[in-house]
Amino acid sequence: MKTNRAIRTLGGLSVRLDVRAATVVALLLAAALAASVVLIGTGDFPIPAGDVLKTLMGNGNAGQEFIVNELRLPRVCVALLVGAALGLSGALFQAISRNPLGSPDVLGLGQGATAGALTMIVLFSGSSAQITVGALVGGLATGLAIYLLAWKQGVHGYRLVLVGIGVSAVVTAGNGYLLTRSTLTEATQAVVWMTGSLSGRDWAQVWPLLWLCAVLVPLVLANGRGLRMMEMGDDVSNALGVRVERVRMLLLVAAVLLTATATAAAGPISFVALTAPQLARRLTRSPGPNLLPSLVMGAALMVVADWISQKVFGADQLPVGVVTGVLGGVYLLWLLVTERKAGRI
Amino acid sequence: MRASTKPDMSASTKPDMSGSANKNTRRSTVNRLSADNVTLAYDQRVIAEQLSVEIPDNSFTVIVGPNACGKSTLLRALSRMLKPTQGQVLLDGKVIQSMAPKKVARTLGLLPQSSIAPDGITVGDLVGRGRYPHQGILRQWSTEDERVVQESMTQTGVAELAERYVDELSGGQRQRVWIAMALAQQTPLLLLDEPTTYLDIQHQIDVLDLCAELHEEQGRTLVAVLHDLNHAARYATHLIALKEGKIIAEGAPSDIVTAELVEEVFGLRCQVIDDPETGTPLVVPAARKARTEAKVAATEAS
Repeated sequence: MKTNRAIRTLGGLSVRLDVRAATVVALLLAAALAASVVLIGTGDFPIPAGDVLKTLMGNGNAGQEFIVNELRLPRVCVALLVGAALGLSGALFQAISRNPLGSPDVLGLGQGATAGALTMIVLFSGSSAQITVGALVGGLATGLAIYLLAWKQGVHGYRLVLVGIGVSAVVTAGNGYLLTRSTLTEATQAVVWMTGSLSGRDWAQVWPLLWLCAVLVPLVLANGRGLRMMEMGDDVSNALGVRVERVRMLLLVAAVLLTATATAAAGPISFVALTAPQLARRLTRSPGPNLLPSLVMGAALMVVADWISQKVFGADQLPVGVVTGVLGGVYLLWLLVTERKAGRI
Repeated sequence: MRASTKPDMSASTKPDMSGSANKNTRRSTVNRLSADNVTLAYDQRVIAEQLSVEIPDNSFTVIVGPNACGKSTLLRALSRMLKPTQGQVLLDGKVIQSMAPKKVARTLGLLPQSSIAPDGITVGDLVGRGRYPHQGILRQWSTEDERVVQESMTQTGVAELAERYVDELSGGQRQRVWIAMALAQQTPLLLLDEPTTYLDIQHQIDVLDLCAELHEEQGRTLVAVLHDLNHAARYATHLIALKEGKIIAEGAPSDIVTAELVEEVFGLRCQVIDDPETGTPLVVPAARKARTEAKVAATEAS
């Protein structure tokens, strides 16, 4: 099936477009936005979708305006951005490690961010801003540790995954220790944070995420062609003129930043980074890292998961991380079973 | 035996029979690719020291030698996959590491031993990836790219497979596809690291015929590492025999392949006869008994 089209201009410019992938991106984007509108209307004061749209345009009444713009819109924006960041970083990690298990959940970046947050909660009784900074620092430090430990004249797939699993185990043990040292209130706060939740998120969480995505997403996409070549192995991509180690370093840093910031904003949301790239790939049916489809898929998954958690269990009853965990866990099992049937593991 | 040297070879490609070519440090003035006094090492393990190699332009150069003699390492250095710890590899008179990677990729192609076909990629897509060094963000897929990809697939005989998935092809077909990808790079120099490994004899000859064609009809300079000495002697126009990181002999196969050389390089007693098909040297290992008797005689003598 040939879905690649080339669009050319007289000046010698040419752009290659995978029609199927572009369609998938457009449909997922539409789905994510539609789900966002429904999500804004969901809660203790249900608002019909039409009114939500009217309010978003600036034509709603004062009560709706407050609920939509101050309470629910920031939460939805955080969901979209966190999902997008996790989907993209998952696609990057999986492409770089050439392994569907090489996602930030498995590599222990989530645990690293948790360690940072727990340190703030338990040892310093920190404010929510301090917890966010702690999570960010924890995630980045873990990413750096994995990179340094896995470095041996370049970073390679299996070593990255194995080192990540090792680091993850160590950090999880540390987190357990911190929890045993905490008081009951601290422990409650810590556990809610560790499950990954979107409740009570406001504009203060949106802006840093938005700025980071605005810088990193174009940077990552610009290096996507090099990453696509790197699928064929380091030797082939080197021979084709890709600066393999530089591209890999840059993209790993971007992926760690995206994961750490997303985790700092919403807690360690499990499995979105693992599943989004795989689902996107099955939809586009195209080889390559599928960066943009994974990004949109992550955003859509996150919003839908939050909607399910609110719809089924009522607002703020169930943190969204539980829903993504359940969905993602089932998906992972399915992946393992089908891969085994295909004889790959 | 010297009479069979090809008349079109330039002066610098004259076979060096001295057996000490590695001490030869003359700088390249004509050849596009050369290694100048390179020391090659992985971590602390030194594979070759002060090795100098010239790849004659428009030759089909084959590097042979026993396992672990450094032949693949030399090829990696020539293709800038391995940075020499000392000395330098020169491409068109410039140090290869100092050149822009894409510029090198437009001059020198490499078919490595380890390459991974991405899941679910079609032959046409994979060959198209060879166009990467000619592309940019605003020039992703020109009509020129399309033409070259089509041409490369036709040359390698995989044009009718264009829509097939690479994972469903046989080993021989797959190797042709990878060669097509390297051809789509349109490089005057092409390096191949054991292109016949894992192929059965018919496909080995098939791939070597293709290489010879590329060399003869398009004037590309080919450098290949081969395991089979007889294949090397038959197809190479320039042979480099390596042992323990040193060049033991280099030149036209009919000039340098002798029983003494094979014994020196591979430690194998043999006869060298004329290949009944091509007249190139054919290495026939001595019978087992003859070899064991010689060994016994040697130990008794000492």
